[in-house]
Amino acid sequence: MHPELHEHGPDEVPHTHPEPGVDPHAPLASDGAPRALRIGIGGPVGSGKTALVAALCRALGEELELAVVTNDIYTTEDADFLLRNGVLPAERIRAVETGCCPHTAIRDDISANLDAVEDLESSLGPLDLVLVESGGDNLTATFSKGLIDQQIFVVDVSGGDKVPRKGGPGVTTADLLVINKTDLAPMVGADLSVMDRDAKARRHDLPTVFLSLAQDKAATPVAEWIRGLLAVR
Amino acid sequence: MAGLATLLLLADGRLPSGGHAHSAGLEAQVSAGRVHDVASLGGFLQGKLATSGLVSAAFAAAACGDVTRCAALDDGLDARTPSPALRKASRAQGRALLRAGRAMWAVADLGREPHQPVALGALAAAAGLTPGQVAVAAAHGTITGPASAAVRLLGLDPYAVHALLARLAPVCDRVAATAAARSGDPVDDLPSAGAPLLDIGAEHHATWEVRLFAS
Repeated sequence: MHPELHEHGPDEVPHTHPEPGVDPHAPLASDGAPRALRIGIGGPVGSGKTALVAALCRALGEELELAVVTNDIYTTEDADFLLRNGVLPAERIRAVETGCCPHTAIRDDISANLDAVEDLESSLGPLDLVLVESGGDNLTATFSKGLIDQQIFVVDVSGGDKVPRKGGPGVTTADLLVINKTDLAPMVGADLSVMDRDAKARRHDLPTVFLSLAQDKAATPVAEWIRGLLAVR
Repeated sequence: MAGLATLLLLADGRLPSGGHAHSAGLEAQVSAGRVHDVASLGGFLQGKLATSGLVSAAFAAAACGDVTRCAALDDGLDARTPSPALRKASRAQGRALLRAGRAMWAVADLGREPHQPVALGALAAAAGLTPGQVAVAAAHGTITGPASAAVRLLGLDPYAVHALLARLAPVCDRVAATAAARSGDPVDDLPSAGAPLLDIGAEHHATWEVRLFAS
């Protein structure tokens, strides 16, 4: 509550609030400092979400105060992956259980994820960036704006070059579409130019990047996109 | 006083209050083979109503009736919850419920992580509901949460599960009425029914490497 904002100016039309006990104004950041940029990372099972998170931790972990929330259905699997690969210390990772509904936890009932983000911020101090990785889901899974600021959707070429054409909210509306595993394209007969054309048709001006995490261990185009977001905050 | 539509909001499974990630002990019992079909789910839910349903309803009603008792009620629930994993689960759900409630009403200050029934009662008071009404919401939530988890964990026919919930609805009303009638009692005299097997199951569940639900 910040009751000082309830005071009405002398030239204001006299009025009352229907519920005087409820503050109608948006809360201020607790200490006046901007909170961390929150980026959601979604996409189908096996498309490379956790590998992308690991790559971003390697690329950005030195220059930014960074933390990760994972939503894998096997609660500790992703956190273990990040720990094993030595990309992030344990206190910077929180795992959230989703009760068999990974999309619910990132879209319809975001409470457990918000609690995890807030716990990270209160235990680690001010953060620059929090990555929220969803559990593997389907092409309709998207994040709530109440949880994240920007979202990345990760698909891979081995699902076939028809995936961008199929669309769905993830492909169509994500702030960044990542098409991963481009090194596998010749082996699975996926035509990257078809994927590029279809992604442009589905996404209009929203950006799409092609990536091979097997070859680019720092996920360079994605890390650059995030640096760009932080620069304009 | 608020009307039924407000009570329905509070009891709606779509309220973003973290409940979807909790099975109320069901996942451990499914894994142990004790709950495996609609009939055994019925036994589980009746047991929940008679134990945690009665306790939750009484504490939610008590908190709604007098929000100045919330801290004492919170201690009373700690004393009635021997499993640390279940205390943690109740407080996590209380915190999430409080987040949702604060967006809707002017809720009394309850600290960061009150037990779920205390948060529910305080929300109901803020919404203008009565102790009798929130007791129904509490008892109802005690069985609808694990019923939904059973549909997801066991692939049970959702119509058969809702037929079971419809049969239990009068039981739910009776438990809520009993709980509400006692809501003015001193904290130590409020219901304290428990289920030791669920306490043990919750402690095992918390150590699992792979689990789908938070509790």
